[in-house]
Amino acid sequence: MGTSVAAPTEQTATEHVPAAQAAAVAAAPADSSTRTGLLIIGASQSGVQLAVSLRALGFDEHITLLGDEDHRPYQRPALSKEFLQGTVESESLIFRSNEYWAEHNVDLVKGEYIVRIDKEADGSGVAHSSSGRQFPFKRLALTVGARARKLEIEGGGLGGVLYLRNADDALALKARVGDAQDVVVIGGGFIGLEAASSLQKMGKNVTVLEFGPRLVGRAVGEETAEYFLQAHRARGLDIRLSTSAKRFTAGAGGADDGGAVAGVELQDGTVLPAQIVLVGIGVIPNTQLAEQLGLAVDNGIVVDRFALASDGSTVAIGDCANMPNPVPGSQPGERIRLESVNNAIEHAKVAAYSLTGRREEYAGIPWFWSNQADLKLQIAGLCNGYDQTVLRRDGERGKFSVLYYRLGRVIAADCVNAPLDFMAVKNALAKGHNIPAGAAADPATPPQDDHHGQLTALRQ
Amino acid sequence: MPTVHFTDAEGAVRDVQGNPGDSVMETAVRNGVPGIVAECGGSLSCATCHVFVRQDCLSKLPPMEDMEDEMLYGTAVDREGNSRLSCQVRLTDELELFVTTPETQV
Ligand SMILES: Cc1cc2nc3c(=O)[nH]c(=O)nc-3n(C[C@H](O)[C@H](O)[C@H](O)COP(=O)(O)OP(=O)(O)OC[C@H]3O[C@@H](n4cnc5c(N)ncnc54)[C@H](O)[C@@H]3O)c2cc1C
Ligand code: FES
Repeated sequence: MGTSVAAPTEQTATEHVPAAQAAAVAAAPADSSTRTGLLIIGASQSGVQLAVSLRALGFDEHITLLGDEDHRPYQRPALSKEFLQGTVESESLIFRSNEYWAEHNVDLVKGEYIVRIDKEADGSGVAHSSSGRQFPFKRLALTVGARARKLEIEGGGLGGVLYLRNADDALALKARVGDAQDVVVIGGGFIGLEAASSLQKMGKNVTVLEFGPRLVGRAVGEETAEYFLQAHRARGLDIRLSTSAKRFTAGAGGADDGGAVAGVELQDGTVLPAQIVLVGIGVIPNTQLAEQLGLAVDNGIVVDRFALASDGSTVAIGDCANMPNPVPGSQPGERIRLESVNNAIEHAKVAAYSLTGRREEYAGIPWFWSNQADLKLQIAGLCNGYDQTVLRRDGERGKFSVLYYRLGRVIAADCVNAPLDFMAVKNALAKGHNIPAGAAADPATPPQDDHHGQLTALRQ
Repeated sequence: MPTVHFTDAEGAVRDVQGNPGDSVMETAVRNGVPGIVAECGGSLSCATCHVFVRQDCLSKLPPMEDMEDEMLYGTAVDREGNSRLSCQVRLTDELELFVTTPETQV
């Protein structure tokens, strides 16, 4: 340690290092004199929660919370919803005030992208950033999240072909929205549908292209996917299933036009006009650092029930981590990588326990939400492996939910504009109760917990 | 500047100054007031920003919408007549608010 000096150019410049940032800080100081107790790489939902939880648990070592973005840590969900529509201010998205970090002895480092880490067997080491700074640490946490999957087709580099993963992406999108009339969204998953609904609400003519035969992939069941398809079409979204883009065409003026996208050519030759193309085709976990460290990686950084990576000392949490399925009663050996706020928070808590010497397994009921136009989807549990569904639909009040069962026990629910159903299932799962299928079928009464949940009583 | 007085379940009080237009939840979270989790960041999806509003303040607040009402049935500590989701309560210049945070939010 200490002798190996990184030549930053040796490292392949990863695609998401902002150019300006890579060029900045020519002779940054090497701050190797101060060794932080815990270096958290990635300053977003899971990194922030880890720092906050550690302080709540009395962890008293110095913490460095480091990220490559030039923003104070903020929440992502609004980027495709309220923030895009301009109904919330960017300030509202900030997790904690600067005073909070100062008071809690957490150093917030912005705009530093870590390209390499030298690590010792005892868990300590030094992280090197693309600007040449060094961040020595006693213990390391990787909360590096995921990046948008790129669509590699002709014209993919044209101006106006955009992604939506972080605040800079959202700002770039917002900057173009004013001039655009036609938007093509590629990908009918959560981000694509949320952004499509937002843009439609802002008066744009929006078409959604989905490669698969239904919306929202495998995240929800067939009935929910169909419900969203009908609901969005009824609200005027042009959704084309089993359709993919062949190439993006540039404006008639070609290069003179500034190399901006003007249309999307489909496989069948149709060309849809588009001044903005928003690609939302999923994410790839950031495992580059873990690989360089020699940690086990398999669709994410492989961690155990205590959020420890294969070296037994580095913790990895949130979108970047592949962990044992936390749902009580799941198959032994079953692994999962979740992309949600709830998971980032719960997983961070487990890591915080781990780092303070407590062994607390992650056992939780994953949950998720997505707001699309006036449709509020809330998902409780994981529906993998269901063998029965119960549909609850109250057309008059616009409510819809599906409860998923395996061997007669409720395991999950997708609820649209039906918070009571969502809460009932989430609470039942958390308490290990069941909601017998027969008792759930009538949409007019709340789902009945087999322990006669208070929800039902309260609601009467 | 509007002030929110947060009392926790044990009776400890914390006064936080906020900006008009911000929600009570945002004011709490940004300043690290324990007792407000706010997983969904104000999206009205999680019910982990539950507070009890002191009776005399309650009448000064705009009434809640149906969605908030329904979400309140799923709070970790049972709702009371003076329960609100703090992400739905916005500060105004005139407002001085006294709220109590429940024992747990999850
Ligand atoms: C537009 C959008 C809408 C969403 N909506 C919802 C929703 O409604 N509900 C929900 O539950 N979830 C939603 N999510 C998902 C949720 O935001 C993520 O699950 C969550 O942010 C994961 O947090 P994380 O900290 O694990 O990773 P991330 O948020 O991805 O953060 C990782 C951070 O690490 C940084 N980083 C990576 N590598 C390095 C490096 N080498 N050096 C320095 N920094 C690095 C990244 O730039 C990033 O800031 C949404 C996500 C997006 C993008
Ligand atoms: S913060 Fe989630 S409902 Fe208020």
